[in-house]
Amino acid sequence: MSSVIQPARNAHPWDFISYIDPRARILAAVIFSVTIAAVHGFTTLVIALAASLIATFFSGMSWKTVFKRLLPLNTIMLLLIILLPISSTGKIMATIGPISFSQEGFLLAIRIALQGNAIMLAILILLGTMEINTLGHALSHLRVPDKISHILLFTIRYLDVLHREYLRLRAAMKVRGFRPSINRHTYRSLGYLLGMLLIRSIDRSERIMAAMKCRGFRGRFYLLEHFTFHFCDLYFCLASVLILLTMLAVERI
Amino acid sequence: MTEPLINFQNVSFSYSPDRPVLCDCNFRLEAKERIALVGANGSGKTTLLHLIVGLLRPSSGCIEIFGKARHMEADFHDVRPRIGLLFQDSDDQLFCPTVAEDVAFGPLNLGIKREQVRQIVSQTLTELGLAGYEHRITYRLSSGEKRLVAMATVLAMNPDVLLLDEPTSALDDQTKQRLLEVLSRLPQAMILVSHNREFREELTNHTLFLSHGRIEAA
Repeated sequence: MSSVIQPARNAHPWDFISYIDPRARILAAVIFSVTIAAVHGFTTLVIALAASLIATFFSGMSWKTVFKRLLPLNTIMLLLIILLPISSTGKIMATIGPISFSQEGFLLAIRIALQGNAIMLAILILLGTMEINTLGHALSHLRVPDKISHILLFTIRYLDVLHREYLRLRAAMKVRGFRPSINRHTYRSLGYLLGMLLIRSIDRSERIMAAMKCRGFRGRFYLLEHFTFHFCDLYFCLASVLILLTMLAVERI
Repeated sequence: MTEPLINFQNVSFSYSPDRPVLCDCNFRLEAKERIALVGANGSGKTTLLHLIVGLLRPSSGCIEIFGKARHMEADFHDVRPRIGLLFQDSDDQLFCPTVAEDVAFGPLNLGIKREQVRQIVSQTLTELGLAGYEHRITYRLSSGEKRLVAMATVLAMNPDVLLLDEPTSALDDQTKQRLLEVLSRLPQAMILVSHNREFREELTNHTLFLSHGRIEAA
């Protein structure tokens, strides 16, 4: 069965990150991202990126996967690196014909690229390697409002069901000779498909509600799983704090 | 004679006025009784089961369950934990990410302590031959496994009555056999909706027919 939501993790001897408490990983990812977004110094950003790269090494994720996931981001970054020097004013670095490149713009683009990659890597490593339901649970343990974490958990559970329903409908269209092109018939048929998916999901949500009521649901969820804090989590937190302090210290100099 | 577990008195129900599903339907389920319910597609079998647990309300007539007339939503709160309904589509029933949480959902709703719930979960799964499934992700189970886990979520509440809505649909012979073994070991009274004759004969004492909105004995 193909699933649309699979964590990007596979067993690896260097995989330490997955042993760390999900709550600590979420907190670290959030604090790290906000800090990176707030600092400006080049050295600080290089330290941040280096920290993200080291974490990537300890996540056991293959560099190929990491590269693939960072590719869309860096395509945009490449555009920025070309466009920002042209559009901003300042000391002229080079001129090609009528176009002049400013140094300020170039440095700004590099800074944004560093920030973007460091944040993206941190999130990819700390959160992207987590089973999504673990993420949902960790969020509710971190006192994120119930509604948000439940919406997340339900989305995870039924995304796949809906996806399979969509594939079944598409297959049913295909076997009756449907080939999408640019005409009214295509738009109308795809509209029907979307409408049908919507109606079916509403129906399904009603059936799920009914099933939950049958098992005594009266509007409150109880969590069965509890996380426990281990020594490796302590080391992880210490390392995170150390990296953050280093970044802040370097930023002040 | 003890009072019936379920007693329908002149119950009528329709989704739209021009097409009644049940009209003046009378039927009883006695303690320890196992009834098979058959009828054409769309004859109202699922509707009848949903009326019993109060997911639908009759347009007229009276539904008595465990010796008490049930009219409003609040009347059914204490009915539902005691009557386990197995849904046609297990995907509707299993909504938690992991098997253990799904089985625990009902008992937790009943206010049972976590430690005890954990015990109920592992005991129920073991009884169904699903030991070791606790941390499996529900949406990655096969349809046979989903049906058995759905059965576990119902049994975890330790109901007095089981309502089984097409439990064998889309199951292979092996899983069907496994489900049959599980169900025949259970002590509960039961209403079984199934098109599978063999399954009905193995599991139930007698058969009722639902046609034109009324229930008739075979």
